[in-house]
Amino acid sequence: MSVLLIAEHNNKNLKPFTLNALSAASKIDAEVHVLVAGSGCESVAKEVAAVPLVKKVLLCDSPNYQNYLPENLAPLVTKNADKYDHIVASANTFGKNFMPRVAAVLDTSQVSDVIKVNSPDTFVRPIYAGNAFATVKSNDKKRCVTIRPTSFEPAPKTGGSAQVEKVEAADVPNFSKFVKREETKSERPELGTARIVVSGGRGLESGENFKLITDIADKLNAAVGASRAAVDAGYISNDHQVGQTGKVVVPDLYIAVGISGAIQHLAGMKESKIIVAINKDGEAPIFSIADYGLEADLFKALPEFLSELNKLNTIQK
Amino acid sequence: MKILVAVKRVIDYNVQIRVKEDGSGVHTDNVKMSTNPPDDNATEESVKLKESGKVKEIVAITIGEEKAQETVRKALAVGADRGIHVKADSYIEPLGIAKILKKVVEKEKPDMVFLGKQAIDDDCNQTGQMLAAMLNWPQATFSSKVTLKDKSMEIVREIDEGLETVEVNLPAVVTCDLRLNEPRYASLPNIMKAKKKPIEQIAAKDLGVDIANRVQQLKVEEPPKRKAGIKVANVAELVSKLKNEAKVI
Repeated sequence: MSVLLIAEHNNKNLKPFTLNALSAASKIDAEVHVLVAGSGCESVAKEVAAVPLVKKVLLCDSPNYQNYLPENLAPLVTKNADKYDHIVASANTFGKNFMPRVAAVLDTSQVSDVIKVNSPDTFVRPIYAGNAFATVKSNDKKRCVTIRPTSFEPAPKTGGSAQVEKVEAADVPNFSKFVKREETKSERPELGTARIVVSGGRGLESGENFKLITDIADKLNAAVGASRAAVDAGYISNDHQVGQTGKVVVPDLYIAVGISGAIQHLAGMKESKIIVAINKDGEAPIFSIADYGLEADLFKALPEFLSELNKLNTIQK
Repeated sequence: MKILVAVKRVIDYNVQIRVKEDGSGVHTDNVKMSTNPPDDNATEESVKLKESGKVKEIVAITIGEEKAQETVRKALAVGADRGIHVKADSYIEPLGIAKILKKVVEKEKPDMVFLGKQAIDDDCNQTGQMLAAMLNWPQATFSSKVTLKDKSMEIVREIDEGLETVEVNLPAVVTCDLRLNEPRYASLPNIMKAKKKPIEQIAAKDLGVDIANRVQQLKVEEPPKRKAGIKVANVAELVSKLKNEAKVI
């Protein structure tokens, strides 16, 4: 009985959500092994080995896995799956991409986006954009599970010393090729893990006006989010989208500005601790879930908000 | 070239779903149903590729109860050439759906299979990837731009960090993001014409694949409700509440 967790990393550093998935994996079974597959990724294996919850690290260092193409990564996972009852990864674009390939080859029905582990075979997951929670029991012998990272605390990073075992690369099919990745660089905290998120919607009316949002975000050391409408309209890039098909965020403070609150947007932020809504339409659905609602024209309210914040000298970082 | 596009009938995205009191699921009686939104993007992209002259035929497929056929009719009305309806009266997991689609792909031999990236009912995000693995084909998930070449496709994918471009050899599976295109509306004459297009019916159980569900749904419940908040009169009050009451800034 043990769990194989697939680490997400960039060949240099572990991606933080792997630590959240690791907490969930340890709730399934204490014997958690982690597969680090990449190219020149030995430093990642070391980082993982230091995580106290990890009992063993499998390191596969090969150019085949440099860009974690799912067509290459999935056969490596299935090749090493024999000894494990559970294969686990984060339910983000990394885990969502390759895990179903693993499940299909192992002929097992995947349990996606788990928010609670009740037992090794029973899990809670959101359906209908989080408007219902389903408790499901997997009757497969081998289980593929993806974890919603924001539903679990990250595992402590240091203090452990797991053994690192090298494993051989699997055959690759050579029918897909990585071309390029355009990562949005930002000095701000990451949207998925930020303590405060300031989001803008269609009410911002243009990409230039998003500066009103980013000014507030910078003052609060917050990440910048957006509704699908704002991304579709081209005001801001897709990696900022919060919602059912974007990112799910659970910050201490979520400030929704000019966002009406479609079901699909609420799915991505309604678990936030404190929600603020600023909208000129007093009937907007966002107000029904906001702790503090301000019915106002955002073009007047945001500059005022910034100047009020500037008066405070105790902004928490 | 030939495209198979898979469409699913789901509760309309604008409907606020209601959980059944007995915990067995959500209410679907007298609830508006429509095509899963990203499946419309999959159909639209297929039609655009046909209009570009590179694709000769589009076959639209759905799996589900009798009324699921409406989703195929809709695809036919915007440009698919013929339809397939695999009849199944109860819920089938993505694993079973992928097995059915694989059977159909083996018979139809398309060069590409287009699907939505995720269904908005069970939110599983599995079917396309599973199908690709079963066929031993490459995949491009969360696609926001598709460029068809002679023997491959270059695809821009939406990932958490931004955008990623991959090239996949044909045949391949493509799962579509909502930003891939703007699905067109069917014109009335095309809706009428679509009624004459053929839809082949197959019973799921006749395909000879194991579609028994492996994951048992024990209960469905409403998520914890948020308490209604308050409206503040002005920005100063908002900042004061955030600082002194919620203590988050």
